[in-house]
Amino acid sequence: MRLNCPLCGPRDRREFYYFGSEDYLNRPAPDALEEAWDEHLHLRANPAGITKDLWYHEGGCSSWLLVTRSTVTHEVHSVERVADRNGAQS
Amino acid sequence: MRIAGKGLIDRDTQVTFRFNGTSYMGHRGDTLASALLANEVRLVGRSFKYHRPRGILTAGSEEPNALVEILEDGQQTPNTRATTQEIFDGLETRSQNHLGPLGWDLLAINDLAAPFLSAGFYYKTFMWPRAFWEKLYEPLIRRAAGLGRLSPNADTAPYEKAWAACDLLVIGSGPTGLMAALTAARAGADVILADEDFRMGGSLLSTDMTLADAPALVWVEATLAELASLPNVRLMPRTTITGAYDGGSFGALERVGLHRAPDTHLPRECFWRITAKRAILASGALERPIAFPLNDRPGIMMASAVQSYLNRYGVAPGRSVTIYANNDGARATARQLMAAGVRVAAILDSRPDAPMAEDCPVYLGAEVLQTHGRHALRAIEGRHTGGYFRLDTDCLAMSGGWNPSLHLTCHMNGRPRWSEDLAAFVPSEGAIPGLTAAGAANGSFSTHGALATGYTAAAEALKHLDLSAPDIALPATEDAPYRLAALWQVKGKYRAWLDFANDVTTKDIVQSAQEGYRSVEHMKRYTTQGMAPDQGKNSNLAALALLADATGRGIPETGTTTFRPPFTPISIAALGAGGRGKTFAPQRFTTSDQASRDRGAPMIEAGLWYRPSYFPKPGETHWRDSCNREVGYVRQAVGVADVSTLGKIDIQGKDAARFLDLVYSNTFSTLPIGRVRYGLMLREDGLVLDDGTTARLGEHHYLMTTTTAAAGLVMRHLDFIHQTYCAAWDLRFISVTESWAQFAIAGPKARALLNSVLDAPLGDFPFMATGPVTLGGVQARLFRISFSGEQGYEIAVPTRYGEALFRDLVARAETMGGGPYGMEALNVLRIEKGFITHAEIHGRTTAFDIGMEKMVAAKKDCIGKRMAAREGLVGPEREQLVGIRSKSEFGSGAHLFTLGTRIHRETGQGYVTSMCFSPTLGEWIGLAFVKNGRARQGEVLRLVDHMRDTDVQVTVCNPVFFDPEGGKLRA
Amino acid sequence: MPELIAKPSLDGQGPLTLVGTTLAPVSLGPITSIAPFPGQIKAADKAFKPLGLTFPAPGTTAAKGAARMVWTGPDQAFLIGTEPPALAGIAAITDQSGGWSALRLSGPRSADVLARLCPVDFRPSSFKSGQSARAQLGHMNAVFWVEDDAIMILTFRSMAQTAWDECAHALTALAARASLGA
Repeated sequence: MRLNCPLCGPRDRREFYYFGSEDYLNRPAPDALEEAWDEHLHLRANPAGITKDLWYHEGGCSSWLLVTRSTVTHEVHSVERVADRNGAQS
Repeated sequence: MRIAGKGLIDRDTQVTFRFNGTSYMGHRGDTLASALLANEVRLVGRSFKYHRPRGILTAGSEEPNALVEILEDGQQTPNTRATTQEIFDGLETRSQNHLGPLGWDLLAINDLAAPFLSAGFYYKTFMWPRAFWEKLYEPLIRRAAGLGRLSPNADTAPYEKAWAACDLLVIGSGPTGLMAALTAARAGADVILADEDFRMGGSLLSTDMTLADAPALVWVEATLAELASLPNVRLMPRTTITGAYDGGSFGALERVGLHRAPDTHLPRECFWRITAKRAILASGALERPIAFPLNDRPGIMMASAVQSYLNRYGVAPGRSVTIYANNDGARATARQLMAAGVRVAAILDSRPDAPMAEDCPVYLGAEVLQTHGRHALRAIEGRHTGGYFRLDTDCLAMSGGWNPSLHLTCHMNGRPRWSEDLAAFVPSEGAIPGLTAAGAANGSFSTHGALATGYTAAAEALKHLDLSAPDIALPATEDAPYRLAALWQVKGKYRAWLDFANDVTTKDIVQSAQEGYRSVEHMKRYTTQGMAPDQGKNSNLAALALLADATGRGIPETGTTTFRPPFTPISIAALGAGGRGKTFAPQRFTTSDQASRDRGAPMIEAGLWYRPSYFPKPGETHWRDSCNREVGYVRQAVGVADVSTLGKIDIQGKDAARFLDLVYSNTFSTLPIGRVRYGLMLREDGLVLDDGTTARLGEHHYLMTTTTAAAGLVMRHLDFIHQTYCAAWDLRFISVTESWAQFAIAGPKARALLNSVLDAPLGDFPFMATGPVTLGGVQARLFRISFSGEQGYEIAVPTRYGEALFRDLVARAETMGGGPYGMEALNVLRIEKGFITHAEIHGRTTAFDIGMEKMVAAKKDCIGKRMAAREGLVGPEREQLVGIRSKSEFGSGAHLFTLGTRIHRETGQGYVTSMCFSPTLGEWIGLAFVKNGRARQGEVLRLVDHMRDTDVQVTVCNPVFFDPEGGKLRA
Repeated sequence: MPELIAKPSLDGQGPLTLVGTTLAPVSLGPITSIAPFPGQIKAADKAFKPLGLTFPAPGTTAAKGAARMVWTGPDQAFLIGTEPPALAGIAAITDQSGGWSALRLSGPRSADVLARLCPVDFRPSSFKSGQSARAQLGHMNAVFWVEDDAIMILTFRSMAQTAWDECAHALTALAARASLGA
């Protein structure tokens, strides 16, 4: 498996650390209900098809990446930098 | 028997090798199989279950019978296929799976018991009596099971792993692969051509056909020479593509040094991971055996193998050969044998309407019903449309048609397609993204078809690579149509083998269906068909056809078994190359490493780092003697320790303070410049992630310290928070762990020692202060922090000065009644002071558990704050950090129980995380987590450790054993 | 006063040459991490102008004389071989000089050595002069770039010995393969 890091280019999956669902991107407000936090941390869909999850280019540029891929075909549809989605600017 | 003038072996180079203790002679270019056949050795092994005599069936990696052990350097490599092992001087080999000599295998008794040993025998027989299983049945079965045997010695030979990338990977170097590689190479593509054989050319090496009116070899050699001359081509012989994976990745096993005597540096094998933009599967086809009665005797071989031994190795596998086939192709074998002067007893063609004209007897509608010969074939009997026959023959060359070698196309869950015309499965298009099957692998069985589709597949791949295919005239060659009539079995009185390696017969398949295992996957598991080293390459389709027949379905409806990686077995050593011994993980050495070793310190691993355990002195007989002495240095004088291994992260920017407030449970925006604060970091789920001190070096500049083991984890965590929640903040951070060598100087005389090395004496420098200093003109950073409870400092210098400073500090400390201290003393000192490490914050503890709930600031949000407060993470039912003390020794990991209760996991009150003998207190002390522990100080608990056979009483106490008021820290 | 003698990593290690390929420890002088704050790249470029350098784009390097700037991560580059200009408020600066150990790999089999240790394709056709990469050497985080037809490798100083051993081992195995004559 290979992931196309937006900064480093296509790289072997060994360079990446798998973290988990994109749900981690949406941190509830500090005073949100416990259920919202529970969902944020623990409740996961298990889709047969498109999934979005977070990978860390630990062996490369240290970017956190949002990977859109299919659990059925293993096809990787896109790889985006999380920071770019969240207003990083150079 | 060698045939003069034939073959590609190097007749000028003689090679001596051994098989079962006897020396034989062969030639360079021989496989073990061809050399054995040349020496007329036909019995080479015993079958798995019935221990039937077996010979060589094939001439390739699909060989199910001729599996041998290779012996070298105290090693034995089992299940090596004699058909792929090249011979070399000194090669020592042995047949396997027999008790006693190969010719008199005592376990051959199993063959007589065959009526009882059919499919499911084990499941049915060894069920009862139940108590017999462990003591009797299992040891018996294990003794009889398995094929070759491994060496008990660790394999210390070198193995290698490597990566490669290319535009186009061509798998197989027969006519298809050569033409594809040539086309792509001339177009300028970056090409890898891989073939499992040690000589490239594929089927063209084993034929007598012509290409462009010359022997095929001429074209093969010319093509290979051109490819070898091109800088954009990499030829990889002896390399099996073992698996196809996501993203154009392929696994490949290269046999680098298995064809020669072992060498210190030459890898035996190399496991490659190849990334290819496009791939062409040109792996050819495998000939199918025919399941006729007693078809497993040595001397019964594949027709293509006979052709290969004849043409490539110059060996006649018999003196009187019979051909048994259901297709036209095998006729070529007969003609070539006759042309080489080998007698062909007859051609048996299963088709009643097949052509007759040959220079030998041809029997149509033929069926072989019986074979004779105990250790090698002597005669066969059968019938044909005109009656019965009995033939004296010592080699039967069979051909049940061909199966495209489509294995790789199944590796990503692709299902092959049934072709009625070919009576075979062919690859599904697109089964592996970017991979195209061509030639025989795709059902084009003629040589012309191979060349033509090889070219087309390359042209198609080039289009995807934005390159255009050059015009190449295909060399003229045979283009015979493939004609066959499917023949899956010949019914008769005797057993007919499908899976030779696992001894699965046609009867087993029928029985499987009768007993309800009608799904191909169930049948496979019930009979073990296809589960031997050849993974069903020779038997899957026939087994499927018989299952279809037995269940009244067609073949495509019955299904297909899935081929999974690897295509051929891979040694674990090759997969694990680069990860053995000290190459398993990098070794990290501090700048004081050599100085510590010079002092005889045993080094212990802390994460990837090596740190001194203790520094022994003459007369000390136990590590604890040294440890106690070193604790004394710190408590009474001054001790020096290398603490460079702690993670250090430099954090800068206008939003640095804000960031620290978010990642730490406590507040750092209020920390004055020039001060240090202890910080607690939580995971988002509320559990403790790490702890450490962070110094404020400037208005927008902090230096964070992490624990040694969690440095990488914390960096990943900080990167996540930064990039996910505050990517736009004015914030940058980077690890500076490696940039600084840092040493703890602790004890009542710490300040005096420090003043002796600083360029200017230390002024007012209170506990938790930090500031720049110079020593010997070198810029350094000083922190007044303590992990021992004594007055303590840590001084950091640029790494290159680390060794010099450590040696200097230690020498000075020794003149003051102190010296260096190692990890053991460091651990004692911190336990005495009740300081925690990852033994305590082990991923299941909360700030509340370690008594730090007040460090979760009320006024601000932080990572983990919300969940740290959730139900179940606070309260008296939690196991809380306490100290325990005892006059008796105990160990960490021990469990604690209320006196008088049953010792059971359900009654456990907690467990010990750290322990030591405290020379300061003169007793055994430890840190532990105890249910509602803070309220139980003074209570005596029973400590039980079944691992160390300990059962003692301990008293619960304050975890801070030493100087609980902290007066010494601030002195 | 102590006399603090600076000691380089891989002190005393000479070069290793096999099959025309040389592995050698090198000293690069000062290494400084430059991390421009958000929106400050242009200001940083201005500050680097006297050095003849610009802040490198991802996966690239910039060089002028002995000074070069190597991209090492998002909004981060290492300035190597020279001291940094004043960048207060423009970029976070940290001294990384002692933290890294440098190896220079030159000769025809350089890419083959690295192919044993790293999944990135370092053949000259795909890793050219002016390119840099963050990747792993074995299990070690590393920085790679091309300089004068050689591949430069930075690994953590504490891992210098492992980095050397692994590269040397790969090169030795290549030499053993070459002796097969195939």
